Amino acid sequence: MTPTPIVRFRNVTKRYGDTSAVDRMNFDVYPGEFLTLLGPSGCGKTTILRLIAGLDEADVGDIFIDGKRVNGLPPNRRDVNTVFQNYALFPHMSVAENVGFGLKMKGLPPSTITSRVGAALSMVKLDELARRRVRALSGGQQQRVAVARAIVNEPLVLLLDEPFSALDYKLRKQMQLELKRLHRRLGITFLFVTHDQNEAISMSDRIIVMNDGRIEQIGTPRQIYESPDNMFVAEFVGEINTLDGVVTAAEQTTLTARVEDAEFPMTNRRGFQPGQRVKVLLRPEDLFVSQLQDEAPGPHLTGTVEDQIYKGTTVDVFIRLASGTTVCATQFFNEDAEDISYRVNESVHVTWIRGWEVVLPDD
Amino acid sequence: MRRRPAKIARILYLVTIYGFLYLPIAVLILYSFNDTRYSSNWQGFTLKWYTALGDNRMLLDSLGNSLLVALLSSTIATAIGTLAAVAFQRYRFPGRKLLYGLLFVVMMSPDIVMGISLLMFFILVRLEPGFLTLVLSHITFCLPFVAVTIHARIADFDPNVIEAARDLGASEYQAFRHVILPMLLPAVVSGWLLSFTLSLDDVIVSFFVTGPTFEILPLKIYSMVRLGVKPEVNALSTVLFAITLMTVFVSHLLVKEKRS
Ligand SMILES: Nc1ncnc2c1ncn2[C@@H]1O[C@H](COP(=O)(O)OP(=O)(O)OP(=O)(O)O)[C@@H](O)[C@H]1O
Ligand SMILES: [Mg+2]
Repeated sequence: MTPTPIVRFRNVTKRYGDTSAVDRMNFDVYPGEFLTLLGPSGCGKTTILRLIAGLDEADVGDIFIDGKRVNGLPPNRRDVNTVFQNYALFPHMSVAENVGFGLKMKGLPPSTITSRVGAALSMVKLDELARRRVRALSGGQQQRVAVARAIVNEPLVLLLDEPFSALDYKLRKQMQLELKRLHRRLGITFLFVTHDQNEAISMSDRIIVMNDGRIEQIGTPRQIYESPDNMFVAEFVGEINTLDGVVTAAEQTTLTARVEDAEFPMTNRRGFQPGQRVKVLLRPEDLFVSQLQDEAPGPHLTGTVEDQIYKGTTVDVFIRLASGTTVCATQFFNEDAEDISYRVNESVHVTWIRGWEVVLPDD
Repeated sequence: MRRRPAKIARILYLVTIYGFLYLPIAVLILYSFNDTRYSSNWQGFTLKWYTALGDNRMLLDSLGNSLLVALLSSTIATAIGTLAAVAFQRYRFPGRKLLYGLLFVVMMSPDIVMGISLLMFFILVRLEPGFLTLVLSHITFCLPFVAVTIHARIADFDPNVIEAARDLGASEYQAFRHVILPMLLPAVVSGWLLSFTLSLDDVIVSFFVTGPTFEILPLKIYSMVRLGVKPEVNALSTVLFAITLMTVFVSHLLVKEKRS
């Protein structure tokens, strides 16, 4: 039994002129989850948040919040709050006034406002700055004010539009951790937007990968990363090697495919038929490289080392295969292989553990 | 050393321009303290023209009338202009650009055209020329200045800030009252001050639309100087100049505040 969704998109389309920013979208957001919209710039992520917040209206389709259809309902009557991409703090107010704004609009008594604002500020570790003007804050502090200003209202859903895009790398990592902690503590549903796949994978319960106003895949970070549904998802989320192949034999759950003149047994997850052209996708960390004098590792590819890049805990080895395709293999340092350096132009074997490959139709 | 002549030329240039601009006003101020009625020679310092001004009921009445008209028309023009500017920014409606452009037409159109057309309009709707027609006319020519001043400010706003207010539960009115208006305040005040000075010293439009029962200061002065400039007028002009100076100063401060 899945719980009733807290936000529901039913066939929603939003057009700007000729382009559809959101194109016939269907998805559900479940209570308490951390759901991330992931996609390249301009794919419609902000538009989705604006439709939920009521800042824009859908041209077609229905949006439900907590079971109620909200089409036409103004933003002030929707129980969701937004953390804007550029924070959008009120420049003429202090930190505390910014955070208390929503409660003041609800007409709560000043004493209640003061105590709830205090609690929200301490949750984002800004107690000392309550009386500051927001202009006199650093980017990271403004970010916290924006979060506090939204969560103080205890919305059903918190909408976060690329909240960390303006922060430097270190602060970004720190804020990601804090936000995740906040999510656990509050139990509020988070709908988070990012175009950074690492951020999406490390923070989310589920991810919606979008492209051009449409959904490419919905799934857990692990599903998205390990079994992408299509080439777009595979290539957008993380590094991946793509090899051309042809199915030479197929059973219910297994198949054999020829890749670069070698026959590989693979898992058949999509009912492939013999003769079908396929794309075989492999993450760099799933490829094993071995030197020619080592024991031949079963079915394998052969190639020559083009280049290698030392990454601290790993080494990326770039290998040119016979067909001219270059693949990247990430090798880990461990006790057995303390020295994993190769000579340029050295011939090597490349292989992987059966079942770790992703096979997609070639079309 | 070669640069010295250039420097002297530059200073001379500045002195000439500023002399040309401010010498007449300086002379006027000086003469308002000159102890003679007819001579243009300096006869010693006096404040008697200011005292005489204080005793001149007719002049003071017209000053009072002028201030009343300026106060009323600039306040009303500011209120309407603010709402118009917000509407131009916040809402998309057919003819928006055209209407906005028309503001500039009113702003640039010659006073004399404005005066005559307003007069014809008041005759058409049978309005008695006097206080009411003056206020209406002054609102008309102040309005575009206010709307444009405030619109320039609101166009600089981050639209997300207003949307954030709505998102946090503010109705359209609450967003205006608690976010838009406070953020616009410097522009609203400087728009008001601008209207106030425009209204206070308008001669041409007022000449067409006022009646014999309601006399305002610029017109009163105008009729007085036709019989020769009296020292009281110098004194009065000095007072007006001081008021203008203060207005400019205050609005400059406000503009500076909004930039920081
Ligand atoms: N107000 C608007 N008027 C016209 N087109 C718009 C408007 N807002 C968005 N669009 C278009 O809709 C599409 C989706 O925009 P949206 O802002 O949702 O993208 P996004 O995924 O948030 O991108 P980013 O990661 O760059 O923020 C884009 O092609 C954009 O140009
Ligand atoms: Mg966006």
